[in-house]
Amino acid sequence: MKVTLQINGAEREIDVSPMKRLLDVLREDLRLTGAKEGCGEGECGACSVIINGEVINSCLVPICQMQGANILTVEGLLRDGQLVPLQQVFLECGAAQCGICTPGMIISARSLLDTNQHPTRDEIKEAIAGNLCRCTGYIKIIDAIERAAETG
Amino acid sequence: MAVGQNVLRKEGYEKLTGAARYVDDITLEGMLYGKTVRSSIPHGRIKTITFAPDYDWSRVVIADYRDIPGDNYVALIENDQPLLAETEIRHCEEPVLLIAAESKHEAEIAAQHVSIEYEELPPLLTIEESLKCSEIIYGLDNIFKSFLIARGDVDDGLKQADHVIVGEYRVPHQEQLYIETQGMIAVPAKDSMTVMGSMQCPYYVHKAIKQLFNLDDEQTIVIQTTTGGGFGGKEEYPSMIAAHAALLAHKAQRPVKMIYDRAEDIAATPKRHPGIIRHRTGVMSDGRLVANEIDILFDGGAYATLSSVVLSRGAIHSQGPYKCDNIRITARAVATNTPPNGAFRGFGAPQVTFAYEMQMEKIAAELGIDPLDLRRINMLREGDITATGQRLTWSVGSEDVLNAAVERSGFIEKRRTISQKNNNRSTRRGIGLSFFFHGAGFTGSGEAKMKAQAGVEITPEGQARILSGSTEIGQGTRTIFCQIVADELGISYGDVEIEEPDTSRVPDSGPTVASRTCMVVGRVVQLAAREVGEKLLRFVAERFGEAEVKLIEGCFTTDGKRLASFGKAAREYINLHGELRAYARYANPPGIEWDDDTYTGDAYPVFSYGADVAEVEVDMDTYEVTALKITTAQDIGRAIHPILAAGQIEGGTLQAVGYGLFEELVWDRGRVVNNRLTNYIIPTSLDAPEMETIIVEKEYPHGPFGAKGVGELPMDGAAPAIAAAVFNATGVFVTEIPITPERLLASFESLQRAEPKRM
Repeated sequence: MKVTLQINGAEREIDVSPMKRLLDVLREDLRLTGAKEGCGEGECGACSVIINGEVINSCLVPICQMQGANILTVEGLLRDGQLVPLQQVFLECGAAQCGICTPGMIISARSLLDTNQHPTRDEIKEAIAGNLCRCTGYIKIIDAIERAAETG
Repeated sequence: MAVGQNVLRKEGYEKLTGAARYVDDITLEGMLYGKTVRSSIPHGRIKTITFAPDYDWSRVVIADYRDIPGDNYVALIENDQPLLAETEIRHCEEPVLLIAAESKHEAEIAAQHVSIEYEELPPLLTIEESLKCSEIIYGLDNIFKSFLIARGDVDDGLKQADHVIVGEYRVPHQEQLYIETQGMIAVPAKDSMTVMGSMQCPYYVHKAIKQLFNLDDEQTIVIQTTTGGGFGGKEEYPSMIAAHAALLAHKAQRPVKMIYDRAEDIAATPKRHPGIIRHRTGVMSDGRLVANEIDILFDGGAYATLSSVVLSRGAIHSQGPYKCDNIRITARAVATNTPPNGAFRGFGAPQVTFAYEMQMEKIAAELGIDPLDLRRINMLREGDITATGQRLTWSVGSEDVLNAAVERSGFIEKRRTISQKNNNRSTRRGIGLSFFFHGAGFTGSGEAKMKAQAGVEITPEGQARILSGSTEIGQGTRTIFCQIVADELGISYGDVEIEEPDTSRVPDSGPTVASRTCMVVGRVVQLAAREVGEKLLRFVAERFGEAEVKLIEGCFTTDGKRLASFGKAAREYINLHGELRAYARYANPPGIEWDDDTYTGDAYPVFSYGADVAEVEVDMDTYEVTALKITTAQDIGRAIHPILAAGQIEGGTLQAVGYGLFEELVWDRGRVVNNRLTNYIIPTSLDAPEMETIIVEKEYPHGPFGAKGVGELPMDGAAPAIAAAVFNATGVFVTEIPITPERLLASFESLQRAEPKRM
C-alpha cells in the first residue's frame, strides 16, 4: 500500500506491504538505520522514534497505521551537520558507550525535554525506563539529560 | 596532556547521530540472509533430516557439515566444538544446518520445512548429574579441566584453628545481554573470504575461518564493525556465526548476512558459568584466617570452549584479597548437555567473589566480629602473599579502596543506626560491604606467550595512526589509545587517529578481553609510539646536526630553538624513507614468574582492587529487594579518561546488581525457557541504584601512565555487597543468587522456623 508520512521534516511516499513494521520501513526502505532492533517486542527501546509527539517503539507499529504521521528519528536531530546541545552533552558526559541504545535513548530524552523543561532525576529515570542500556548503569545518561535541561 | 582529561570519544559523533554502522545496518549488493537450523534435544543422535517435499528448495541454499572445506571444528583451545553437528547432538540449539535465502523471512519459512528425527540419549543437565557419571559425555569422567592450588598445610591449619566455618554458595547462569545481538556478514571472493561483524576478537575469527576454509593469513580478512556491546559474549561465539555465514557465502558464492534475533541469541549463545563453591575456613578467635579449603565446580556446558581459562581465573581469585598461609583450592569444570558457557565480564571471578565474600560475612557473624574489622584483619597489603604465592610488590590499593568506600558511604554510622529504623515497618533497610580484587591481563604465562603486538605510523599529513587489533566495544579503546599516543609523542589528541580493526591492516594485539586492553595493549601502543618518536628525533638531530633535540609541544627544539614541527619533520622523513612506522610487542615486567605445572607464582603482573558498600530496602510484604545506593571505590592505577573509567565502573556495577537480584535463566530439559526480554530481566533505569564512584589511583609502574585494568573489576563486588545488606536488613543469610522474592521468601520462612523468637 501507499503511505505518505513526514519523516524528519520531509514528506515521503512509500509503497510497501501494509503490515511491514515501521522499524523495517525506516531501516530498509528509507535507509534510516539509526533506530535499532534489540528485541523486536517493545522491551528494549532501541527502535524508539517520536510519532506525532510521542515516543513509540517502531518495532510494534505496522506501517498501515502511519498514514499522515509525523515521525522524528535520531537522524532528524542534527542541525546543519552539527550536534544539537542534547547530543553534545551526551558526548561530553559519557552517556554513549557502545552506542546501540543511544539513538533510542536520545529520542526519549528529546521527548521528555519537549514536554518538561526542568525534569527531576526521578522524572528522567521514568522517561528512559523503556530504553535498556547494558553499558552505562544509566548514571551518565541521567547526568547528561539533567545537564541538557540545565543548559536549555 | 591528554591523559587524565575527559576528551571527547573518538567515534562519538557517529554514535550520537545514528551514523555509526553496526553490522545489521550494512546491506551489500546481491546479499542473501542466513538462518541456522538447530537441535531441539539436549543429547542424542540425528537419525534423519527431512526436507518437506511441498517446499520449493531451489529457492534457497542449504549447507551442512559436508560443505566445510577444512576440518569441522571451531578453532579455540581444544577444538572440540563442531561448526555443524554431524550425527551426535550434545546440547539444545546445537547448529545442524544452514539456510540462505533472498530474505530473512524466506530463510525462516524454509527452516520451518526442515524436520529432524533423533534417537535421544539421557542428558546430563546439572553439575551434580555430570559428576555422577551416569553418562560419559566428555573424556573419562566428564571433567573438562581441574586445577589444584596448594600452599602450606591445610589439614594442620584447620586443626590449629579456633573455629572452622563451612559454607556452600551457588551462582547462576547470566546472559551478557549486549543490546546488539550477534551478527555477521561474509563476502566470498575467488581466493579469499571476508567477514565483517560484531565482535571483540578479530583474530579469533581469523584463526577459525582460516582453518575451516583452508585459507592462509592473507586470504582471510576479518573486519570488526561498530559493536553494540560485548561483555565477553562476543569473545568466542563470533567465530561460530562468522563461519556459518562464510559457509553459506562459500556455497552460494554471494554475500550472506546472519543476524540473530533476541530469542535465538539468548537460547544459543554462551553464558556465565553457573557454579557451586564450598569453603571450609579455619579462623582464630581474633579473626585471623589460618586455613582455607575451597572447592569450585563450574558447569562448562557441552563443549570445552573457554571453560579451562574461566576456571583458572576463578580458582586463582577464590581466596579473595585475603591473607592465609594454608590454602587448598580444588577446581573442576564439568561437561553437561547444555549450550557451552563462556566468557562474560569477570570470567570466573564474580562467581568466586560472591562465595568468598559471603563466607567472610558468615565468619564475621558466627564469631561476632564486625565484618569491616574482619576484612581489615585479613586483607592483602603491599608485601603480602596471595594464594598462588605471589608477593604483592607494587600498586596495592587494597586499604585505600576499603577506607574510601567506608568513609564516603558513612558505613560505620549507618550500620550502627540502621536497625533502629527498621522497627515496626513493612520495609527494612540494610547496609553491607564487599572487598575484592581482579588480576589484569591474561592469567599466568598467557601474556608472555601471546606477545601482543601493536603499531603506530605517522601519516603524510603528520598525524599519528594507531594499528591495533584491539576493538572498541563501547569501553573506549579508540579514545584511550589516542590519548596515550598523543602524550607519548607530545602531540594533540586531535592529531591521533586509529585504524579500523581489519586483520589485513592491523596486527594481532590479542583478544579484547581480560581487562587487558588499557594495561597490556595500551602499554604496547605506548611503546610503539615511543619508538616512532625516537626514529623521528634521531632523524631531526641528524638533519640539523644537533645532538640535543627534544620534542616539546609538537615541535622539535634544541636549546629553546625551534627546528621543525612534528608534522614537517614527519613529512620530510616519509619523503625520504617512504614510511614512518614502528611496532612493539608486550613483555611482562621484570621479575614476573609463573609455573603452569604447580600453579604457583605471579598469576598476574598486578591486581586492581575494589570495595562496594550497598544500601538496600527489603519490602517485607513482597520480599522485593531494592538496591538504593552503591558507593564504590576502585583502584585502577591511573584513569586515562576519568569519565570513561567511571562509566566502566558504573556499568559493570549495574550488571552485578542484575546478577545479584534479577537475572535468572529458567531451564527445561536443557533449553532456556525465558529467552526474551519480557522474561529475562535486566536492570532498567528505575532499578539502577544511585551510585557514588571513587577512583583510586595507585600507579602501576609498568602500565601506560600508571594504568591497570578496569573492565572486569566492577562486575565482582556488587552481588555480595547487596547480599550482605540483605543479611543486615532481614537476618536471612543468602547463599544463592539472584535474590529473587521467591528465594528470599523461602529463606525467610525457613529462618522463622529455625528461630521463631527472633521474628
